[in-house]
Amino acid sequence: MGRLVGFLVNPVAGMGGRVGLHGTDTAARAVEARRRGGSPVAPLRSARALRRLASSRGADDVTVLAAPASMGAVVAASSGLRVRLLDVGVGNPTSAADTAAAAAAAAGAGADLLLFAGGDGTAADVLSAVGRSIPLLGIPAGVKMRSGVFAATPEAAGDLAAQHLRRLARVPDGEVLPALLTTAEVVDAHPADRMHGGRSHDADALGERGRRAGEWAGSDRAVQTAQPAVEPGPMANTLIGVALVPRADDGRLVGTKSSTSLQGGTALDTLAEAVASELDPETLYLVGPGTTTSRVLGALGLEGDVLGVDAVTRGELVGVDLSEDEILGLVDEYPRTGLILGVIGGQGMLLGRGNQQLGPRVLSRLSPDDVTILSSPDKLVALRPALLRVDAGDQASFPWLTGYRRVRVAPRRYMMMRVDAA
Amino acid sequence: MSGTRGRRYHAAVWDEPLVHELGHPGRRGALVPGVESEVAAAAGDPLALVSPTARRRVPPALPELSEWEVLRHYLHLSQQTLGMMGVSLFGTCTMKYNPALSESLTSLPQVREVHPLQHEDTVQGLLEIVYRLDLVLRELSGMDRFVFQPGGGADAAWLHVCMTRAYHADRGELAERDEVVTTIQAHPCNAATAAAAGFKVITLPLEEGGRASLSALRSAISERTAALMVNNPDDMGIYNPDIGDWVESVHSVGGLCFYDHANFNGVMGKLRAADLGFDACMFMLHKTFGAPKGNGPAVGAYGCTERLAHYLPGPLVTAIGLDGKPDPQGASFDLPAFGRADVTFRLVEPERGVGRVREYLGNLPQVVKAYAWVRAMGADGIGEASDLSVLVSNYIDARLRSVRGVTRSNPEVGTHRLEMCRYSLETLAQETGVGAVDVQHRMTDFGIDAFWLSHEPWIVPEPFTPEAGELWSKEDVDEWLDVLALVCAEAYEHPEVVRTAPHRQVTHRLDGGALDDPARWATTWRAYRAKRPAS
Repeated sequence: MGRLVGFLVNPVAGMGGRVGLHGTDTAARAVEARRRGGSPVAPLRSARALRRLASSRGADDVTVLAAPASMGAVVAASSGLRVRLLDVGVGNPTSAADTAAAAAAAAGAGADLLLFAGGDGTAADVLSAVGRSIPLLGIPAGVKMRSGVFAATPEAAGDLAAQHLRRLARVPDGEVLPALLTTAEVVDAHPADRMHGGRSHDADALGERGRRAGEWAGSDRAVQTAQPAVEPGPMANTLIGVALVPRADDGRLVGTKSSTSLQGGTALDTLAEAVASELDPETLYLVGPGTTTSRVLGALGLEGDVLGVDAVTRGELVGVDLSEDEILGLVDEYPRTGLILGVIGGQGMLLGRGNQQLGPRVLSRLSPDDVTILSSPDKLVALRPALLRVDAGDQASFPWLTGYRRVRVAPRRYMMMRVDAA
Repeated sequence: MSGTRGRRYHAAVWDEPLVHELGHPGRRGALVPGVESEVAAAAGDPLALVSPTARRRVPPALPELSEWEVLRHYLHLSQQTLGMMGVSLFGTCTMKYNPALSESLTSLPQVREVHPLQHEDTVQGLLEIVYRLDLVLRELSGMDRFVFQPGGGADAAWLHVCMTRAYHADRGELAERDEVVTTIQAHPCNAATAAAAGFKVITLPLEEGGRASLSALRSAISERTAALMVNNPDDMGIYNPDIGDWVESVHSVGGLCFYDHANFNGVMGKLRAADLGFDACMFMLHKTFGAPKGNGPAVGAYGCTERLAHYLPGPLVTAIGLDGKPDPQGASFDLPAFGRADVTFRLVEPERGVGRVREYLGNLPQVVKAYAWVRAMGADGIGEASDLSVLVSNYIDARLRSVRGVTRSNPEVGTHRLEMCRYSLETLAQETGVGAVDVQHRMTDFGIDAFWLSHEPWIVPEPFTPEAGELWSKEDVDEWLDVLALVCAEAYEHPEVVRTAPHRQVTHRLDGGALDDPARWATTWRAYRAKRPAS
């Protein structure tokens, strides 16, 4: 039976990179990128990925479900692969809403995998539309690719797509093999820009998770730090969500720039099990957002909210996706509180992006020893510079948040990381 | 490029089967006559000489070949190796030519035919060589005593963590001191051996200047610190000038300091571990000291100061003077004449030794070769070799910087590097889809040995690490660089050619995925047949 690959290209992705823009994730930036002489990057890079897929074993069984025109069909037509058009319209110029619509259409048409070309913004748009209903694989073609859904190169994306489809062919229809899939974080920078910089799609198109990201970013502090749309400013990644991705068995497919490896999380599971087994029964543990920390809950047989702050004690979930007030209420009930944090890939944010619930009022109840930071070593090694960041809102009150801290990377291994104020 | 010898290269292609797939049942190399009945009657059942538990129930499934088939098989294989046929700048390994003279010394019956259980009176010459190399290494490191038992660098690191345990246990502090500090760019065996010995491992990342910072170290150490284990310079050729302060800081909290000299080649004769305050160090005789490396016996020479020496694994070779006192020469590079009548060499067991990490005195032929190497080089020659290897490294650096697609690790660090440096093909990969592994494969099409990428984890994306040492001629280094430049240019013009390389080798790409797949990996012929019945 044939395999279906959804395929979409964000045609303006990557244009800003060589002309000094951080991305083209607002309409204004795309226009500015063109004005500065940026030329399309994504069509060429996605063509490289499809060429690789077309020359792989089993390519005869593959049908590409392409988004129309410049969003996929043009590139797919010359790939040598069988192509069917997705039944969606696209605007001119194309927009984030078009990306989301095409992704949803591919999922609706029963695609086995959604291959998309773009950067973090595109990944966020795709994820908002399809969630974890279909595995995603990013062809790196944007300016910022901090999300773990991207392969290292277009060719690596083609290889991994081909490998995944071949593996699927060996699995009975309708059966989902966990061994073939893993999860990866999708992060995106400049959330404030996205809300206030005139991005061409509105919050509804981002879906529920996107709106939440917007809410965090829309706090007063984020508004104050918002940069003009075309000025380079400090990057601030937010965890947008968690995508399903094909599992790569060759680590070399993934660049160290990616924040979460497409590799399986066996090593992280071992770490999570160690952390879970050492939890003190008298302590309330606040578990921050992210896939790494959620593995600790997983090791306890619990499922929290991967994007929110959860609370656990004595092996039981006592709060999911807590607000700051709810956290404070719980902290009052227990003699001791521990905080388990992950690292947001790409910029190494610990606090202040995507977890503002852990603000000054909560932090004032903690001491340095109460905080456990978990990460894969790969994620730390990929940080340039090797630095973690916190934005506690009221930095002066928490000198202990900064300086060197141990990050646990395996049951008995730690990396000594410097933590600076963001 | 037109003058490059490698361009006319093509490997011998035999596509040689495994030896198990050759031959025929019943075929033999030499037919051994049966035992004559009188002999059999006198000797009894030969099987009775073998313990019943050690007897095989079925004969081993060995290949059955004639003698010439065996010879032909190995001749084919030998023709398919690159070996010294190509140019090998295999970084982090300090590959050196192993002089034929050293080989011939270990072929002498006094070396080759001795038995480790022979009485020491019958191997005085060999023991003297061991002792003399100990003296030379003391001079090079400032340490007080060396042992050659460890079978490699990682084995020496393992010995150090064993010594660390013994030292702290003796002081009653082992239970509290359960942490070993290392850096992300140190020899990976430092972290691995510390973990294997039960220590928690604290790793320092690279920060400003492309190295781990003193402030990170100071934050990492405490009364829980058992030891610091580091290299200097690291695999990116960057020397840590604060190393003296590092050692002092670790000592101030009661930890031991171990200098892993895997990257010694750039600083030979330029610094001494003990002068920097280290308590112990390790030299790899099989790389830095001209003895063979790779798949054979190696030696990680482990040296320490007097305060640790009584934990060393015995036996140690000690010179005894006529007065019966040990070590009459002391640590001196001015070696006296061989075979002095007033000195004998004895094997002694240290008081509280940690126990053997290897059999007997270790791989003695390597010790003999290393001794031959240091005597051939001389003290000045060793320092000069270091200068030369740093010079070549910087020549390579200058040329690599003009190759499109290549960048240097820690590009923000503008200073010269010492011997060996890591480079990245990330730009090439992003622009052409051709990665470091592809370039590595393609270079072998020109008679260039596959280069070394990097230790894991990859801190530098798409890495490669060339190292010429003091061996290779300028023509060879230029050829290597010409081929790399050619392959990078080819990646931009004809990426498919590079991605599908090698084209002039015996075997195309291997399926590396099987290495990570327990269902497919096979380290024996039996496992291979069981796991891949269709092959």
